[in-house]
Order: sequence, then C-alpha cells, then structure tokens
Amino acid sequence: MTNGIIRQNFVIPADDFTAAGEASSSVKKMLIQLGVDPQKVKKTAISMYEAEINAVIHANGGIASVEIDRNKIFIRIEDHGPGIPDVELAMKEGYTTAPDAIREMGFGAGMGLPNMKRYADLLEIKTEVGKGTTVEITVYLS
Amino acid sequence: MKASEIKNILKADVLTGEENLDMDVFAACGSDLMSDVMAYVKDNVVLLTGLVNPQVVRTAEMMDIKMIVFIRGKRPEDSIVQMAKEKGIIVMTTKDPMFIACGKLYSAGLTERGVWD
Repeated sequence: MTNGIIRQNFVIPADDFTAAGEASSSVKKMLIQLGVDPQKVKKTAISMYEAEINAVIHANGGIASVEIDRNKIFIRIEDHGPGIPDVELAMKEGYTTAPDAIREMGFGAGMGLPNMKRYADLLEIKTEVGKGTTVEITVYLS
Repeated sequence: MKASEIKNILKADVLTGEENLDMDVFAACGSDLMSDVMAYVKDNVVLLTGLVNPQVVRTAEMMDIKMIVFIRGKRPEDSIVQMAKEKGIIVMTTKDPMFIACGKLYSAGLTERGVWD
C-alpha cells in the first residue's frame, strides 16, 4: 500500500433491508484489492456490516465514511436516528429493541454491538437520544 | 468432505456453483440467526439455514463462507441466487429439515466443530 490515505463515503439507504450490506461489501472488495491481510479484511467487513444493518434497522440509514492508511482502517457510521439511551445495556449480548420484522430477517437478536466489539480493535460509540448515533470502528494494520 | 458429497447425502438441488463442487468443506453450521453466524463461525464451513433472504448471502460473503444449503425445500428468489453466483458461493436446497440434514452430514463424517468454543 502507498503512504497515501484512501477516503470513501457511502450512503446507507433507509428502510431497504435488501440493499443493507452493500457498503460493507464494497469496502471488503476494496480491502482485498489493496492486499490487506484476509483476517483483517474479515474483521473489518463483519463489524462494518453489523453497524450498517443497525443504521438500517434503527435509524433510517446513514452515512458510512471509510479511511484507509498504511496503519489502520477507520470506519465511521453516522445516523440521525433515535440514539441509544443506555449504551452499556445495548452492549449486552441478547439485549435488543429491534422489531419482530427484523428478527424474522435473521437479525435483531442483540448481537450487533457485541459483534462489533468482538471484531473491531477499537470501537467508539457516540450517541445522543433524539439526535443520532455515530459508531467508529478501527482495525489496525500494523 | 467435498461439496459434491454434501449434495448427494442431502439429495440437494444445486441452484448455483455447480462448477465448484470439488471444493473441500471441513465443518458445518446450522443457524437461522445471522448475527450468531458472524459471532462464532470459522472458515471453510457449509452454512445450513432455513432463513431465505439476501442477508444470508451477505453474511456468507462477510464470513468467507463459500457454500449455503437451504433446508426444508426452501428456494430463494432468483435475485438471491444471482447475488451468490456473483460472489462465487455455492447454493443448494434440500428437502430435509434442519435436524435431519445436520444429522446426515454428521453421520457421514462432517464432525468438526464449525464454531469457536
């Protein structure tokens, strides 16, 4: 990889469960093309995908911005949804506020945030009730 | 176990990926919950699922899972099969229900754990 920084933004569409994951899929392809270690590609893809699904489920979509340099992959997923009243509670496996329709799609079982934490090297969540949530995922390359 | 053996054991129809049936599979995972698949599953597994939607293929893509078997005779829409085809993922459908399908594969020697302990 060169010394430069690669930046790319993706729109996560609202209420389109079929399209959810397209941004993560694009980022995965990009990382493979850049020759990033497959395990790091997988870690990044899974954590971003869970964050993307969350933005679709809870927040009418959002914006994903991705920055890749020689040391790290940094992904910020920003939405203007309802925010998370209790982040500590939301981090617990099994805790969910997702509606039944989402559970029928194989998600919404309270594993999203725990999975992001499991796979990201660093996970930061900034949230304000009524304003929205920003999730920042970092995966270190070196 | 070869993907072709799984096809024979489950009397499955191949919906896409016929050309990749020589692929080796080392373990299996049966789940309808995609977040669980992402939390625990290892590489080189076949995913058996009763869930039929595009996110099954997306989850397989993120997890580097190269083979999906839909159980209980479920058939995904063409757009889902096409998505799997583009990603080089084998898709099959079997009439067996989950428990029977998993049991048949386990009895035939696919006994490695597909999940991290």
